[in-house]
Amino acid sequence: MMDGSMDDPRGFHDAETHEQHIRNFNINFGPQHPAAHGVLRLVLELDGEICERCDPHIGLLHRGTEKLMESRTYLQNLPYFDRLDYVGTMNQEHAWCLAIEKLTGVEVPRRAQLIRVLYCEIGRILNHLLNVTTQAMDVGALTPPLWGFEEREKLMVFYERASGARLHAAYFRPGGVHQDLPPKLIDDIEEWAREFPKVLDDIDGLLTENRIFKQRNVDIGIVTEEDIQNWAFSGVMVRGSGFAWDLRRAQPYECYDEFEFQIPIGKNGDCYDRYLCRMEEMRQSIHIIHQAIEKLRMPENQGDVLARGKLTPPKRSDMKTSMEALIHHFKLYTEGFHVPEGEIYAAVEAPKGEFGVYLVADGTNKPYRAKLRAPGFAHLQAMDYMCTGHQLADVSAILGSLDIVFGEVDR
Amino acid sequence: MTNEALRELAEYVSERMPDAVRATSITNGELTVEISASEAATFIEFLKSDRSCSFSTLVDITAVDWPERDRRFDVVWHFLSMYQNHRIRVKAAVREDDIVPSIVETHPSAGWYEREVYDMFGIIFSGNPDLRRILTDYGFRGHPLRKDFPTTGYTEVRFDDELKRVVYEPVKLVQEYRQFDFMSPWEGADYILPGDEKAEEKA
Repeated sequence: MMDGSMDDPRGFHDAETHEQHIRNFNINFGPQHPAAHGVLRLVLELDGEICERCDPHIGLLHRGTEKLMESRTYLQNLPYFDRLDYVGTMNQEHAWCLAIEKLTGVEVPRRAQLIRVLYCEIGRILNHLLNVTTQAMDVGALTPPLWGFEEREKLMVFYERASGARLHAAYFRPGGVHQDLPPKLIDDIEEWAREFPKVLDDIDGLLTENRIFKQRNVDIGIVTEEDIQNWAFSGVMVRGSGFAWDLRRAQPYECYDEFEFQIPIGKNGDCYDRYLCRMEEMRQSIHIIHQAIEKLRMPENQGDVLARGKLTPPKRSDMKTSMEALIHHFKLYTEGFHVPEGEIYAAVEAPKGEFGVYLVADGTNKPYRAKLRAPGFAHLQAMDYMCTGHQLADVSAILGSLDIVFGEVDR
Repeated sequence: MTNEALRELAEYVSERMPDAVRATSITNGELTVEISASEAATFIEFLKSDRSCSFSTLVDITAVDWPERDRRFDVVWHFLSMYQNHRIRVKAAVREDDIVPSIVETHPSAGWYEREVYDMFGIIFSGNPDLRRILTDYGFRGHPLRKDFPTTGYTEVRFDDELKRVVYEPVKLVQEYRQFDFMSPWEGADYILPGDEKAEEKA
């Protein structure tokens, strides 16, 4: 006899009213589930296949970054930002550098600004490639991640050639970027940027009109304008619902105001529109990359990539001849620089949404308090709201379209 | 956002909510409004509903610990208006045993942020329906981001092969956790320099 069948003598079955004993299922989704995008434990309460409640348990990747940062110097803290959202790493470093630069009032040299924009956009493509293709994997496709990761590999080589590391770059520094790009690297990035739209078209052809992909994503997890405000959404979660909000445009930082790019927006605010937004954002990023490369080659944009001063090391050649430069170098890498007392909130448009740093400085060489505002934290919070009433299978589609990386959610 | 516009906004806010606002300041192109903690919920409701403020997005809630102060914690809210394109920072100083009104009614997204502040600092928000710990381990004790909590923590975990489960033990460090002191003796360190202990006796 099957469990739950009508005439189970052990189960509750009222002969007169035909009432059955119905119980809800509680299931644990994760912490080790391929569609959980890391270590997420979702406690789902199911009524049949319908999700009644969804309680995300986070913190399994909590490393106490904010606490650790309080006992390290500003420069030593920089690599922690790579380990937050480890998919598009330089965008986070950018927020930290901006916060320090705003408090100290350091002007970043023009060439460094252009390099930052170039690498931020590479980071955006890195992130969107991973998200779009793994979302396809969550709903059943296997080929897109294989194609997408090949391109990511090429981009990580560009990371490596600039900074020496494929993921945890630590390339952006307060006052500029660590080193200048060699001309050959700029050429190679340009060549890649010319080739990439073809790959994007391939992925597009694989997914956009794919019947299964559409069935799983269209009209799933709809976000309205009210939800955006209530649940503090940012990034693609906002743009997917037809709200053209992009910090690069609304509150321009670095030299984004000089670049021409468009902000793709969705119409329906469902998972499918968010996918389309990400695809189009990658094309816009390519557009920005081409502009940045063109600017980097202009004769007036040559020069130093670090604002030489208290925040940055002296030139190698100076250290050979100048005692002061040598002392400065030693002090910078042991004691570090001091940031004047004050507080600042610096935000960037990271690929996942608004990534912000709230920095409280007390005038010493270490931050008194640094709060990292991760977009994924706010997005994941809305899981309960978005999943309620959806089917169990939609949970992974919604999770995929939220673009969650646990490094930044748990910090 | 120019400083001029921020000043206007600050004046407007303090005029409309004189009971809540204690002080306003504009630093580094950012507006900070200090309020009394008990008024937090009404003030933030006002920020959201008022047309010329319309701070509809809650960016962040956090706290800062100043152990030497009587009102030990600063609870800090950050808001953003996507309609007016401006930001504001709201601050309230609270004592260790003070209870801060929750703002989940106005901003549902505050739920997790308040949980995080509770988890990390032990500040209690009244009216939050789900004030559990969020980032730390199940059954964790203490509030890690308080300044008197050691960075190493108090317990460490390992998998015990005999018991076949994870066990919690007090932290054993092979080497003391190093806190470097970079205070330059030439720039007025206010402690006795190593080796100078006897010098004081003579003088």
